Amino acid sequence: MDQIELRAVSFEYTANGRRVLALSDVAFGVGVSEFVCVVGRSGCGKTTLLNILAGFLTPTKGEVLMDGKTLHGRGLDRGVVFQDFAQLFPWRTAQRNVEFGLEMKGVPRDERAATARRFLTLVGLDKFTGAYPHELSGGMQQRVAIARALAYNPSVLLMDEPFAALDALTREDMQRLLADVWRETKKTVVYVTHNVAEAVYLADRIVIMTPHPGTVKSQITVTLRRPRDPLSIEFLEYQKRVVADL
Amino acid sequence: MSRGLARFFAGAVASFGLAAVVWEAFAWSGLFSPALSPSLRVIVPTLVGMVSSGMIFLHIGYTLYRILWGLALALLLGIPVGLLMGRFKAAERFVLPLVSVLSPIPSLAWVPVFILWFGLGDAASIALVFYAATFPVVLNTWTGVRSVNRLWIRAAQAMGAGGADLFRKVVLPGSLPFVIAGFRQAFARSWIAVVGGEMIAATNWGLGWVIFDSKEFLRADMMLGTLIVIGVLGVGFERLVFQQLERRTVGRWGMVRTAKA
Ligand SMILES: Nc1ncnc2c1ncn2[C@@H]1O[C@H](COP(=O)(O)OP(=O)(O)O)[C@@H](O)[C@H]1O
Ligand SMILES: [Mg+2]
Repeated sequence: MDQIELRAVSFEYTANGRRVLALSDVAFGVGVSEFVCVVGRSGCGKTTLLNILAGFLTPTKGEVLMDGKTLHGRGLDRGVVFQDFAQLFPWRTAQRNVEFGLEMKGVPRDERAATARRFLTLVGLDKFTGAYPHELSGGMQQRVAIARALAYNPSVLLMDEPFAALDALTREDMQRLLADVWRETKKTVVYVTHNVAEAVYLADRIVIMTPHPGTVKSQITVTLRRPRDPLSIEFLEYQKRVVADL
Repeated sequence: MSRGLARFFAGAVASFGLAAVVWEAFAWSGLFSPALSPSLRVIVPTLVGMVSSGMIFLHIGYTLYRILWGLALALLLGIPVGLLMGRFKAAERFVLPLVSVLSPIPSLAWVPVFILWFGLGDAASIALVFYAATFPVVLNTWTGVRSVNRLWIRAAQAMGAGGADLFRKVVLPGSLPFVIAGFRQAFARSWIAVVGGEMIAATNWGLGWVIFDSKEFLRADMMLGTLIVIGVLGVGFERLVFQQLERRTVGRWGMVRTAKA
């Protein structure tokens, strides 16, 4: 059974009396420990979709099932990573940022600190536990955000173009790191991106969306062995297939 | 001494030097009699006398006592009210009209009223400082809450924060740059209020009273000496309290750029 199931989800924004249909009849499932990338041009409703999964928005029509039950609002069963570096709390050190979710769960201080350090080590930031966000590079800040979303042990990780604002080289490093983190933690991941190579590199399955209104055009299962080689012929073949459907 | 500090002093010496030259030119111009525009050669010894007799410190003590009480009360009331206004539309709708009407009234306009209520002395001056300081605190805190990055709220909510936790752990620190700005503005207004209040409502003590009393005896040197004391206290607070506070919090966190020493 799928861990997440979207059933004919539609979403309509109303802004200044104008209505925008951002999602129309979106339906797909995400299996346990599966890495699903949602790919599409900007404006096709990816962020809206992720905000619905995170519980920030409620579908206008249709429903989302989590572990077989209808999803209502936010929950500690899901961790969220946004695109914007500003998502970290500037007044907390890297470690205290990562501790935030654990604080909300009522985890005792010592255990919190140990867990936070463990996850910062997982993302390669064990030397920066005491640094404030503004003292870290963009890539490091996003790694803290990933550690923060993982630390309170949600079963699902939701990511909205987390590396889009990074330079190309850093982005490739981060993709490798994320693939490693995923292999270690075996979270269920829904990862939104408009970068085709990124999707082919990371995903078990790619959900391709098209805009006006946002709908699922097709799905492609990526069977390449990991770690994947972005320069291999097979990798490029997958990229071509995705681009053809965009 | 750090290089930054040395530079600060070099700049200060230059600008004060220029101000002193301009003042001396004015004092010697004969525009007013020397008794009314005394030279620094008269002001400085008077100032030294005030300091060495210790009297000035008693006056400073009284004035600071009034300011700090008034400010403390203003923060105690102003920060919660500002937070509530930023958080609850109803609180905003209720408080804002009141603040909009009251805050443009100069605090000094209340002096006669407060004297009637509290009599001459500390209470009237403290009430005046409280009045002057509360509005900047309320308005800045309110703005601070509304300017908190939405993404911080979202991120916190995604991690299960809500209600009091969200407020204490995200909204309050997130609005701190504005709260500090309000504190600073309130302090500046407190000086205006306390000096004005002491001129009219104080009995025998306080820097404002010294200035006013000196007028009675045509002691322009004493008046100007006291003005210098007020200026020095202002700089002292700015550098020792506000800049330190900023540097250790919002500056340390990269939320504002702080002035370099
Ligand atoms: N808050 C909003 N109010 C009105 N329309 C919105 C809002 N957010 C997004 N939209 C519209 O919904 C559509 C999908 O947006 P979005 O989910 O942000 O797409 P993507 O993340 O794929 O770029 C776009 O047409 C966009 O203009
Ligand atoms: Mg988006």
